[in-house]
Amino acid sequence: AMAEQKFRVRARALVCVFVCVVMCGCGRDDFQEELVIRPLHSGDIYTSFQFRTLWETDFTRENKVSHYRLFPKSLGQVISKFSVRELHISFTQGYWRTMQWGQPYLPSPPGAELWVWFQDSLTDVDGTWKELTNVLSGIFCASLNFIDSTNTVQPSASFKPLGIGNVTDHRFLRYATLPREIVCTENLTPWKKLLPCGSKAGLAVLLKSEKLFHSSFHSQAVHIRPVCKDDQCKTTSWELRQTLNVVFDLHNSGQGKNEWSLFKMFSRTLTEACPVASSSKIYIDITDNSQGEQFELSPATPLLSQAVVLGDRRTFSVYDLTQQITFGTMRSLNLLIRGKSSDMLRPLLHAERYVAGYGLQTGEIHTLMYNNHPYRSFPVLLLDSVPWYLRLYIHTLTVTSKGKDNKPSYIHYQPSKDRVRPHLLEMLVQLPPNSVTEVTLQFERALLKWTEYTPDPNHGFYVGSSVISSLVPSIVAMDTNNSRERPLFSSFFPSKEESSYFVRVYTEPLLVNLPTPDFSMPYNVICLTCTVVAVGYGSLYNLLTRSFQIEEPSPGLAKRIANIIRKMRGVPPL
Amino acid sequence: LQSVRGQLAALSIAAVVIIVGVPLWWRTTETYRAWLPVSQIKELAKLQLHLSADVEVVFARGTVTPEQQKKVPLTQTQNMEHRVDGDSFNAILTPMRLSNSASVEADLSLHTLSESPSGSLVVYVIPESSSLLPQNVDVYIGQRRTALLRIGSQMRVGKTLEQLLAHMEPRIKQVLHVMSFSHTDITAALSNRVRISPGNKESIADSMRAFKSSPGYEITFSLLNPDPKSHRLHWDIEGAVETYIQPLLTKLSPVANFSIDSQTLYYAMLGVNPRFDSSRSTYTLNADSLAHVINPVEARLGSNAASSNPVLNFLLYIPDAHHSPLYIHDHKKQQVPTNAFHSPRWGGIMVYNVNEFYEVDTVFPVDINIDMAKVMGVFLAQLRLLLGVQSSTPPPGFLVAPCGNAGLADWELDRLMWSRSVENIATATTTITSLAQLLDQIGNIVINDNIAQQVSSAVTSLQLAVSELEAGNLGFALQYSKEAILSSERAFFDPSLLHLLYFPDDQKFAIYIPLFLPMCVPILLSLLKIVSEARQKHREKKPKKD
Repeated sequence: AMAEQKFRVRARALVCVFVCVVMCGCGRDDFQEELVIRPLHSGDIYTSFQFRTLWETDFTRENKVSHYRLFPKSLGQVISKFSVRELHISFTQGYWRTMQWGQPYLPSPPGAELWVWFQDSLTDVDGTWKELTNVLSGIFCASLNFIDSTNTVQPSASFKPLGIGNVTDHRFLRYATLPREIVCTENLTPWKKLLPCGSKAGLAVLLKSEKLFHSSFHSQAVHIRPVCKDDQCKTTSWELRQTLNVVFDLHNSGQGKNEWSLFKMFSRTLTEACPVASSSKIYIDITDNSQGEQFELSPATPLLSQAVVLGDRRTFSVYDLTQQITFGTMRSLNLLIRGKSSDMLRPLLHAERYVAGYGLQTGEIHTLMYNNHPYRSFPVLLLDSVPWYLRLYIHTLTVTSKGKDNKPSYIHYQPSKDRVRPHLLEMLVQLPPNSVTEVTLQFERALLKWTEYTPDPNHGFYVGSSVISSLVPSIVAMDTNNSRERPLFSSFFPSKEESSYFVRVYTEPLLVNLPTPDFSMPYNVICLTCTVVAVGYGSLYNLLTRSFQIEEPSPGLAKRIANIIRKMRGVPPL
Repeated sequence: LQSVRGQLAALSIAAVVIIVGVPLWWRTTETYRAWLPVSQIKELAKLQLHLSADVEVVFARGTVTPEQQKKVPLTQTQNMEHRVDGDSFNAILTPMRLSNSASVEADLSLHTLSESPSGSLVVYVIPESSSLLPQNVDVYIGQRRTALLRIGSQMRVGKTLEQLLAHMEPRIKQVLHVMSFSHTDITAALSNRVRISPGNKESIADSMRAFKSSPGYEITFSLLNPDPKSHRLHWDIEGAVETYIQPLLTKLSPVANFSIDSQTLYYAMLGVNPRFDSSRSTYTLNADSLAHVINPVEARLGSNAASSNPVLNFLLYIPDAHHSPLYIHDHKKQQVPTNAFHSPRWGGIMVYNVNEFYEVDTVFPVDINIDMAKVMGVFLAQLRLLLGVQSSTPPPGFLVAPCGNAGLADWELDRLMWSRSVENIATATTTITSLAQLLDQIGNIVINDNIAQQVSSAVTSLQLAVSELEAGNLGFALQYSKEAILSSERAFFDPSLLHLLYFPDDQKFAIYIPLFLPMCVPILLSLLKIVSEARQKHREKKPKKD
């Protein structure tokens, strides 16, 4: 019996060795999942899911046979077929209120946003971009196929690659937004299908659309980029990050009580981690609550973690779902958060935008950028992509801060072409400390052809959000060691220096009314013109063909009646 | 004088309207329609196909008498008429080239004897006494395009070679049916155009199993792991594809392009709950419930983002620990030995039980290595079926050599190429004919130059394919038929054929009437008036003459 056991042990060891060999053969991949919960000052609650799949493979070299394990096959095929270097796509419903909620971990504009860096070996970038948007619109069930040359721009500075690689020639970059895109269940289902465990296990069981879309803000995104595997960056791997951010409204779903639980938010509790995930964690931001005076957590966890996020050192309670002890005796985790967060840190940078002016001929776009830092000024990059039917008067561009003219140090302007491409305006503006900088620009509204109007033209036309990208001075030293194991939410934007951190702020999209015709007009016009032509033609025709003769005027009515009477009396007529 | 001037004015206005206005209106509202080769399309629609295969008959020493040997070489043509359901596809033509080789017997390695072009056959006739073939075997079919035919002694009776050949003809035809094409193959390939006569259920099922001809196929292997908590699965799909699948696909590369990928799906469940068989403590899936297995899985498989070619799915299902072992039962309630089934024109599913990995003290999850040789054997057989490589049962007395490590004999590839060429030609002709019909019926459709060009290139390729089939150049015929399909589909699905140009006639009139009515009424009235005045004058003149 002893010998048999020994043999079995050896056999198992052999199997193990074999497994390792096999696994090295197909390229290593790794999956992590994470949920961050941040109680907000307003009483609302911010939840942010991040799922990351790392895969050591080279899509560009071997495009013949591809064997997928954790990485979704559909996205892998997209990367290799369309020579994609980096792909970022987000679908957002609602607007992130920076002043109430602070900075989000991952910013996104309302509607759909797509930006892609292509490989520099690609020749026909525009054709590939068109095909790519069509394929993505099929994968995500979204109207991305409406992305064409009229809403695509090539920003020169605002969207640098987030992954490794030194190609920064913006010929290979395409950026487009669809501010009107409505995000709903049909976009969430394909997004969930990309996860290795689907919505069957792990954190993804919480993603029930009836709760997620009953919220103030919903944003889901997919980010694909090549990243370094280690410090020296000898090996690279592909990173797929799927993120989902939701803000639940206190009064809408919390019944006004400051009491949140997983069940209340998602109508589900957690029972297990996704079995293929190497890490599965829940972080709860307790920075303002280190003594438990503001809100209480139950069950309590002894695990604490600190991370530098968005220029601030934050403390988190950590629940590790791969440990059985987390689920307790009930074998299910229903986190309870009672109370609300105290005052939040005022965001250092935020922006807003609106349209001014009256009438349907001209207007003015105002963009306000706030620097709330008490003593530091910093530069921001402003990107505006305006559709061609708003004809911008670039000579009216003014940038003022604190009542004085503020000259941008860099302006990149690409004028629009009717029905071909939009306006692109990028500028680098220095924001003085504790100030509001206002950018104004006048425009004229164009008349569209009658087939170019949307089905409900009186609703107005959307203009996508402005994008403000900046390196904001940090209060604490940022962590520049990008290879260190960090929570996922703090490692998306790589930070290169300790003194500042990268922030991207999106303004509100604009809704602009264009002069709208009465759509029965074409037929009316046809009828009217035809009538005018017919009348003119008729009189001309008469003039030409009729012959005019002088005729004896016929006797008047009274005379005729008098004659009849005279005839009856036998008197000769008049 | 006044009235004459008026009449002249009315006449000249009418003339201007007719000479300038009408052509102007006609030209400006005309739709652009490029010229299409309609007559050639109509000719193609009849689909006169002549297939011809070269058959070389080589007589070994001792099979031909000296006087028969005199008239060698000679070419003889054999016509075989095939009529499919009234459609005038017919005439399979077989020219037979005969040659005499005296020393065949010595050369046993027939495979290396001659490299014959695809589509042709070499039949070696060997004497009855030859020990090359086992006793009860008359015909041996090799891996290449060769067959050995044992000739009976009674066949020697013929005086001339023609008579001898006439004797052998039925046998050679049989060989041809096995190795090149038979009536049923061609009928199946034409199933798009021809309604198969009902009754023969088996052959319908056979003909519907294989995928439709397409220039490319995507093969996807999916490993379904419904229970990742208890099983950690490892499959060396990369190596297995390289060893088992790639040789077959390389061989098949003249027929179509293939691309392979694989994926692992977690928590992918079957659509039915297997029944527990307490007598054997196993779970069973009955043949009737298999139809419901695929649907829920299919939603997870995902469509191919990179191409629009048809996808062949091969699923390897590892039952979860609580429903294990799982066996598929056929209609006779017997366990299926391969534990696999396939779905026509979709793919195959195999259930792979992993019970032997469980031990009494097993700690889940278990690491499991999948035996890819076992799996790929099943998938390879299914792949052959789905691609239409038919292994029809040979007639009695035939011995078929086992296919080599490529998994496909040369003549099997030929058979596939024959039926694919015919199918491609039939499909492309149908597409082009229906497009021509549609364009003919709806006069409003704009026909751009690029569509006309696609149509005429499809027609040329079709004509070339038909003539190559007739000449027996199978490889070229298939190539041209593929080109024909591509350009005909491109023409048929061109988005420019779908523009918003189809106004109903009543709307058109509603737009034209406000302009045309007030313009035409005065012209018509004055013309009528001129005519009636002219008539009156004519009448007045007559009495004067009298």
